Amino acid sequence: MRFLFRWRKRRNEELNEEIQGHLELAARENMESGLPPKDAQTAARHEFGSVALAEEVTRDMWGGRWFADLLQDVRYGLRMLRKSPGFTTVAVLTLALGMGATLAIFAFVDAALIKPLPYEDPNRLVGVTESIAMFPRANLSYPDYLDWKRLNSVFSSMDVWTGTGFLLVTPSGTQTALGARVSDGFFRTLGITPKLGRNFVSGEDLLAAPRTVMLSYEGWQKWFGGRTDVLGQAITLSGDSYTIIGVLPRDFQFAPRAEAEFWTTLHASGSCDLKRSCHTLDGIARLRDGISVPRALADMKSIAAQLEKEYPDSNRGQGASVMPLSDVIVGDIRPILLVLLGGAALLLLIACVNVSSLLLVRSEIRKREIAVRHALGASSRRLVRQFVTEGLLLVAIGSTLGLLSAQWAMQLLMRLIPAGLMAGMPFLQGLGLNFHVLSFACGVSLLAAAVFSFTPVSRLSLSEMREGLTEGGRGSAGTLWRRFSSNLVVVELATAMVLLVGAGLLGKSFYRLLHVNIGFRPDHLALVYVVAPEARYGKDEQAVALARQVVSRISNLPGVKSVGIASRVPLSGNGNTDWIRFVGRSYHGEHNEVNQRNVSSAYFTTLQAKLLRGRYFVDTEDALKPNVAIINQKLARVYFPGEDPIGKRIGDDDLTPKSVKEIIGIVDDINEGSLDSDVLPTVYYPFNQTPDTFFGVVVRTSQAEQSMFSTLDTTIHQIDPDIGVGGQSIMTQRIDDSQSAYLHRSSAWLVGAFATLALLLGVLGLYGVIAYSVSQRTREIGVRMALGAQRKSVYQLILGEAARLIGAGIVVGLVCSVAAARLVRGMLFGVQPGDIPTLAAVAAVLAVSALVASYIPARRAMSVDPAVALRYE
Amino acid sequence: MTPAKEKYQSRTEILQGTLDMLILQVLHWGPRHGYALSKVILTNSGEILKVDTGSLYPALHRLERKGWIAAEWKASELGPRLRIYRLTKSGRKQLVVERSRWAQVTEAIEGILNPAKQETES
Repeated sequence: MRFLFRWRKRRNEELNEEIQGHLELAARENMESGLPPKDAQTAARHEFGSVALAEEVTRDMWGGRWFADLLQDVRYGLRMLRKSPGFTTVAVLTLALGMGATLAIFAFVDAALIKPLPYEDPNRLVGVTESIAMFPRANLSYPDYLDWKRLNSVFSSMDVWTGTGFLLVTPSGTQTALGARVSDGFFRTLGITPKLGRNFVSGEDLLAAPRTVMLSYEGWQKWFGGRTDVLGQAITLSGDSYTIIGVLPRDFQFAPRAEAEFWTTLHASGSCDLKRSCHTLDGIARLRDGISVPRALADMKSIAAQLEKEYPDSNRGQGASVMPLSDVIVGDIRPILLVLLGGAALLLLIACVNVSSLLLVRSEIRKREIAVRHALGASSRRLVRQFVTEGLLLVAIGSTLGLLSAQWAMQLLMRLIPAGLMAGMPFLQGLGLNFHVLSFACGVSLLAAAVFSFTPVSRLSLSEMREGLTEGGRGSAGTLWRRFSSNLVVVELATAMVLLVGAGLLGKSFYRLLHVNIGFRPDHLALVYVVAPEARYGKDEQAVALARQVVSRISNLPGVKSVGIASRVPLSGNGNTDWIRFVGRSYHGEHNEVNQRNVSSAYFTTLQAKLLRGRYFVDTEDALKPNVAIINQKLARVYFPGEDPIGKRIGDDDLTPKSVKEIIGIVDDINEGSLDSDVLPTVYYPFNQTPDTFFGVVVRTSQAEQSMFSTLDTTIHQIDPDIGVGGQSIMTQRIDDSQSAYLHRSSAWLVGAFATLALLLGVLGLYGVIAYSVSQRTREIGVRMALGAQRKSVYQLILGEAARLIGAGIVVGLVCSVAAARLVRGMLFGVQPGDIPTLAAVAAVLAVSALVASYIPARRAMSVDPAVALRYE
Repeated sequence: MTPAKEKYQSRTEILQGTLDMLILQVLHWGPRHGYALSKVILTNSGEILKVDTGSLYPALHRLERKGWIAAEWKASELGPRLRIYRLTKSGRKQLVVERSRWAQVTEAIEGILNPAKQETES
């Protein structure tokens, strides 16, 4: 730009010099032929003619005339915009609002849904798991994985991973760290090469192989200060010695286990890993060339069916699931992002419609100016260009502001994501105005610019331009315009209605979600988990003794009301299931799959759960006492319809004598999964009869939960400094920050914000149309009143027009909202898409605010003084 | 502004063809600055063709833009720097084209002005 200016300036100077040279030569010649110097110069100049004209015409020859014209257009356009600051401010802010919202949401959509996963050829990667009636995506067992890997013909490679935690002995005491166990080809399947050291090699995941570990980049920085001499170093993880063989690249991310710092191989061993019925693994695989996901799924299903026949005990009902890895990772947030993008797009639509109708009003007002300019010789093309320039200017300013506000909105939205959820969405890191977003912004801007240029241009026809001069267009010219802009207002109101209904339904879902019966009192509950070293607490009685000590020590702390222990705390996800069989009933090998939780005697009273029948466990119920169980109400309803479950006995598939337990109580349903998941049948066994070295501690406090954590930490470490303590969290916060709550909350708030803005813009649009209509009809109103029309009837005339528009907007809006709500059905919780109260409330809000907006111009119409109106103009 | 441009274009349409050709022809004899060019045209036409300076400089700059002529600043013994124009290779080609077109036009006009002569010959 500046270059062009400089170039032009230099050429101008040169041209001037050239012509001055010409004049001087001519003058010199005149002098030689005898004229006095002064006359010689005058004659030369006279002979030359107009220097200015010659210069101007010459400048035209340089090309870039368009540029000079453009500058002139821009200057003129800016002056026009400055001259009507009200219009400019409203138009620019409206645009910036719509653009900002859309761009910010688009940036999230881009990061999560458009940007490919950071792996080699990510479109060929799939998630592979087993599938059961209860969980469409369950886990794989190690023997099944080996068979699937061996028998399939659709994957070029298949690998598995499972999350794990490690106890790390450091100079500052024992600490816990997250990790993962993977099969040897895991990173090769993803296409990841280590930043330092080597990858796992084939066979390294077998029990016989030496234990090796790879560090995540963060883990390498955190635990080893990023030192390169870690390779080959030995470290002790949970009592086992591992050799560090590699460091993963900095940009490596694996969202399902984003926080894992230590990546070791499977080393399958022990009671679970080698059992076909123990499902703990997740699979990933790379599709062979030309194999589609459905084809792979069909193949895996047939293998699963074959295994089911071969191992009916363990594999009954074990199907297969294959889906794109991107679906596994972003499947949960895809619908909400698309809904938000849709909402933002609707807001942008309203914004554009609004600005368009503002431009229409302006083009009406400027009809005279245009006619004059045309009469003075401006070509239609030139006039059109003027409008296009003004449209572009508006869009340019609006988009720039929009980009800035998008940047700001993105940062705000990122800050609002709970840390725990953020960790699971590594793909959002580095979110910003990248190339995709900027291209999208350009596309949207161009579209808007096209609309804004077209709108006034469509009003430019030659005949009307002439008409404009006579200013006779009072009667007929306005009607067509009014009809068109009325339609625009109906579009705006209907769109606002769709957004309002969306916000209403999502808000109601969120409310319902927060008020769902979770089966316990969530306030004043502090949670930690405890990991005890296997070597010292591996035996059952050791673990039981530890648990008892933990409970008794914490119970004695000031501010603690009661303490419970559970293998898994409530609302941390369904799973950890058990297959049960009922004593005294016929059995055909079916799998009665239920959640299994091992809890201490005070667990239910600590949660303040509701005992429906029978009794709770007592602390003395351990391995020496008869086995007992408590079931939840759902299990009673599903498996004991019309029966009293108390006293009935359940056991494992074979009813092994030591597995048989007597049901001694029924507890009201506690939500083990998430706020929006269904309650599953659940059995609770006494922790003392099924102990473990890993357990959760639930503490009911009488003071702020946060203040307890350091005391809890020291208290547990007093028992044994080598015990790991982690997962400090507060139940109410867990609920607030949980994915389901967050997704519902953010969608409700964001769509609510969009809807509020849409309502505002829609109502403003209506106000504009009515106000303009009143101003155009001032004369008509004056005549009516002079002829005896009552003020009331004028009032009715104006409000009637408004009411028709509002009515049309609401009817169209209702139809569209119900359709739209059906599309987002999956995101609703406890409310139907056609929820009558929501629809009615939204229609009422819209109607009232729209009527208020049209009341103001109607009042102005009413106060028209006939005498003044007739003299008007 | 726009009408002015249109008017100018329509005015030079007749002139343009010949003026361009004349400029190219004169420069074919050797490089010259604008004033000398107009002088040569005036003298060689027997003081009949007086080049309007309002057309001369636009034409020079247009031909320069088309690449048929090239310009260079040269210091002159008379005082001010002068912009000297010379014919380029493609300008030479253009001169041939223009001359043959001019020949066609004059022949055609001749045919109209003296139709009888043609009839009697046939």
